[in-house]
Amino acid sequence: MSNHPTFLAFRTNLEAGKTSCVEQVTYFLNRIEERKSLNCFLEVFGDEALLRAKEVDERVRTGKAGKLAGMVVALKDNICFKGHRISAASKILGSFSSIYSATVVERLLHEDAIIIGRANCDEFAMGSSNENSAFGPVLNPIDEQRSPGGSSGGSAAAVAAGLCHVALGSDTGGSIRQPASFCGLVGMKPTYGRISRYGLIAYASSFDQIGPLTHTIADAALLLEVIAGADGYDSTASSLPVEAYSANLNPKNKPSVALITEFMNDTRWDREIHHKIQKIVKLLQDNGHTTGEASFPYLDHMVPAYYVLTTAEASSNLSRYGGVLYGYRSPNATDIDSTYRKSRSEGFGPEVKRRILLGTFVLSSGYYDAYYSNAQKVRRILRDKTNEILEKFDFILLPTTPKTAFKLGEISDPVTMYLEDIFTVQANLTGLPAISIPLGTHSNGMPFGLQLIGRKFSEQQMLAFASELEAL
Amino acid sequence: MMDMYDKYEPVIGLEVHMQLLTKSKAYASDSASYGAQPNHHISPITLGHPGTLPRSNKAVVEFAVKLGLAVGSTIRRENQYARKNYFYADLPKGYQITQDTTPICNGGSITIKNQEDGSSRTINITRIHMEEDAGKSIHDQDPFDTLVDLNRAGIALLEVVSEPEIRTSSEAYQYLTEIRKLVRYLEICDGNMEEGSMRCDANISIRLKGDKVLNQRTEVKNMNSIRNVQRAIDYEVKRQIEEVEAGRKIAGETRSFDAVHGTTYAMRSKELANDYRYFPEPDLQPILVEQDYIESIRNRMPALPQELFHKYTSTLGLSEYDAALITDNKQMALYFEELIAHTSNFKSAVNWMMGGVKSYLNENAVEIEGFPLKPAELAALIQLIDAGKISHTAATQKLFPAMIAQPGSNPESLAAALNLLIESSGDALKEWAEAAIAKYPEKVAEFKAGKTGLLGLFMGELMKQSKGKADPKAADQILRELLSI
Repeated sequence: MSNHPTFLAFRTNLEAGKTSCVEQVTYFLNRIEERKSLNCFLEVFGDEALLRAKEVDERVRTGKAGKLAGMVVALKDNICFKGHRISAASKILGSFSSIYSATVVERLLHEDAIIIGRANCDEFAMGSSNENSAFGPVLNPIDEQRSPGGSSGGSAAAVAAGLCHVALGSDTGGSIRQPASFCGLVGMKPTYGRISRYGLIAYASSFDQIGPLTHTIADAALLLEVIAGADGYDSTASSLPVEAYSANLNPKNKPSVALITEFMNDTRWDREIHHKIQKIVKLLQDNGHTTGEASFPYLDHMVPAYYVLTTAEASSNLSRYGGVLYGYRSPNATDIDSTYRKSRSEGFGPEVKRRILLGTFVLSSGYYDAYYSNAQKVRRILRDKTNEILEKFDFILLPTTPKTAFKLGEISDPVTMYLEDIFTVQANLTGLPAISIPLGTHSNGMPFGLQLIGRKFSEQQMLAFASELEAL
Repeated sequence: MMDMYDKYEPVIGLEVHMQLLTKSKAYASDSASYGAQPNHHISPITLGHPGTLPRSNKAVVEFAVKLGLAVGSTIRRENQYARKNYFYADLPKGYQITQDTTPICNGGSITIKNQEDGSSRTINITRIHMEEDAGKSIHDQDPFDTLVDLNRAGIALLEVVSEPEIRTSSEAYQYLTEIRKLVRYLEICDGNMEEGSMRCDANISIRLKGDKVLNQRTEVKNMNSIRNVQRAIDYEVKRQIEEVEAGRKIAGETRSFDAVHGTTYAMRSKELANDYRYFPEPDLQPILVEQDYIESIRNRMPALPQELFHKYTSTLGLSEYDAALITDNKQMALYFEELIAHTSNFKSAVNWMMGGVKSYLNENAVEIEGFPLKPAELAALIQLIDAGKISHTAATQKLFPAMIAQPGSNPESLAAALNLLIESSGDALKEWAEAAIAKYPEKVAEFKAGKTGLLGLFMGELMKQSKGKADPKAADQILRELLSI
């Protein structure tokens, strides 16, 4: 038995010669088999992972191993890995295999991480429940009746169920943080531009960020410092140097924290989550932190602005899937037009089609100003107003989700589902970093996370403060 | 009665697409060179594979600024890219990266010359923007399928849009000729319409002369030469006039030019045209073009045909005809520029260019790059003539061909070796003069009797004796001396 839920625990034993990468991978492969019904993985790279584990063990033996030696990682199935299939949990990609690796994958492999498989998710990362996967929903390992959240549901469930050390997800409107909250994990969406998006299948380019799903802040910090940083293949990736997050997790100061008045004064939100926040605030005050309230009367504008802009970008980003160059081509196609029509009608799932139609509509002539332009203006205002709060406070403290994990099939109305994102879209609309930390367990037995939003590129301070909160 | 065609005035605007001579593509590092095997210049980025992102090629911005400066545009500081969305098999991403509301260049103009009366007109430019090319769909190579070559996909383009100020097909011809000359001078595009590296779409409408309105226009595509643009406009204007005169409406549509029949035919109706759903390209940060960058490009700008033409006609006193011939081709102009850096006898320099040099190029069917003599060598030849060391005849007939046969040799030594240098020393001259006089004893008497016009006869004979090497001045003097005795 070599159950090391966290990578750091494994690394300690590995360095002490008490375990090996092969032993760890074997353990995870068995666990994956045992918990197959969770539907976490679309594909497990079993033999390859074992082979690689052997190689890494050899490098560990000769002292040449990288800093993630033996870290077993699940990749959300929208991150490209050369020579491996990738589907974005959609039928439209058919049996497509990527001919290159995402920058984050290159960096993981360079530091001797071991990629164990492709994690299930919502189709093209569109969803909050993982029910939009063309390959069936993922079950929440804590309560299999419930959703693990989405869209990075497979990634979160795999980590929570102990099928790998960590996972990479992508977060366009909460797709890392919400599943982290539902599954009791740490989930981080770094500042837009902190991590290269090269090799991440785009949903909404100006919102998407890759990020870690881990058991602990320490694992998240280590993973982030490896995958972050400038990349010549992504002009939106920042060239700002990456700090040594993992070596600086001891808080150096007492960050101040803002609570949003409109949330604190609104009784429609879950009372237990609300109380937990108040309790945390009390503890922070006791520890010498400044806390205060800030007004942000824009909660109701965030989700509409988010869905107008993300669907607009998605409608364009998903144009490349048409059955012409690669992926699924309808056998019923007879000419170029029907190739597009039929391949896309048959290949995309209903939620993806809904968003493509919505995005096409908001960009079409005659409607562009009313929808796309206005939503862009709202985005600018939200960014300015959020930054105003962060000029006075170091962090904003919010719930990650309105409630704990809902039951699979519980929410059928798309707009109700979209409103699940109410606390998470702010960080994507503003490009700011945010992290969900597992801080509570509800009376219904399910975990929930609390969320910090920080200033641009404040990952260092955010991880240090999060580790203080983790220890509370 | 007035001709029905004369009642109308064409209103023409041209959109010119030029493929840039950058080494790599606009947003990928794939080679942008022409003529490779189909689908060999393709990376995952060009193929639009899932997860790929564009990478801006800085040379595209530089080329755009060069062209903008050359035509006097305002260069925009903050340049955003946009996506133009449409589905086609040769467009791998399903959208083209272009510029929509923020083109890199606004305004500017091209001056064209009326070939008949020599008058000038200015055609204003609306905008120049950066974009990427689509791949190539090949419909005529396979009997059943359309083939797609993506080597061209992602090649950098500049699109130059003119105001609808062109009034005749020959003005369109002149406008395109000037643009092509300009981009060749700037070395940003090879201007080859046959290979499609420069393409032109013409927006054409007609109106009654004196009207100010803009009527329904058609867009005509697929002209693969400047001459064919002219033909397409001629046909389309005539067609539109006949339609209107017959009481029919002009349909807003895209038409294709048929070069075999010299006609245009409808491709698709504008009403059914795509809604391109332009929006800002989120994968590329806006590119900032700062003033000092613009200045650094301005300082490195090559001489442009208009400037050189002006310099030659006004400062150097060349005729417009000569100046136009020399500036028509950049390499020719560069040769001439270097030539006049070595000699101040501009008139002689032009004469050599239009005479000996041009003949050599024509006879050997080569461009100026293939001319064996360096400008400095040609200048040295001019210098020899100007210094009176060689006669013009000996220079053109003997020395020039000899220099071409032995490029790199010193013209004066070569002339000496060929015994072509003018003799002004007394002894040789005296000998030739005496021989010349001795040949016509009876003419000497006539001369002495007052028929001084006979001096030319003796001079001619002297020159013959000297094989053209005699210094005419000294010869004149010595003849007069000898004959007056």
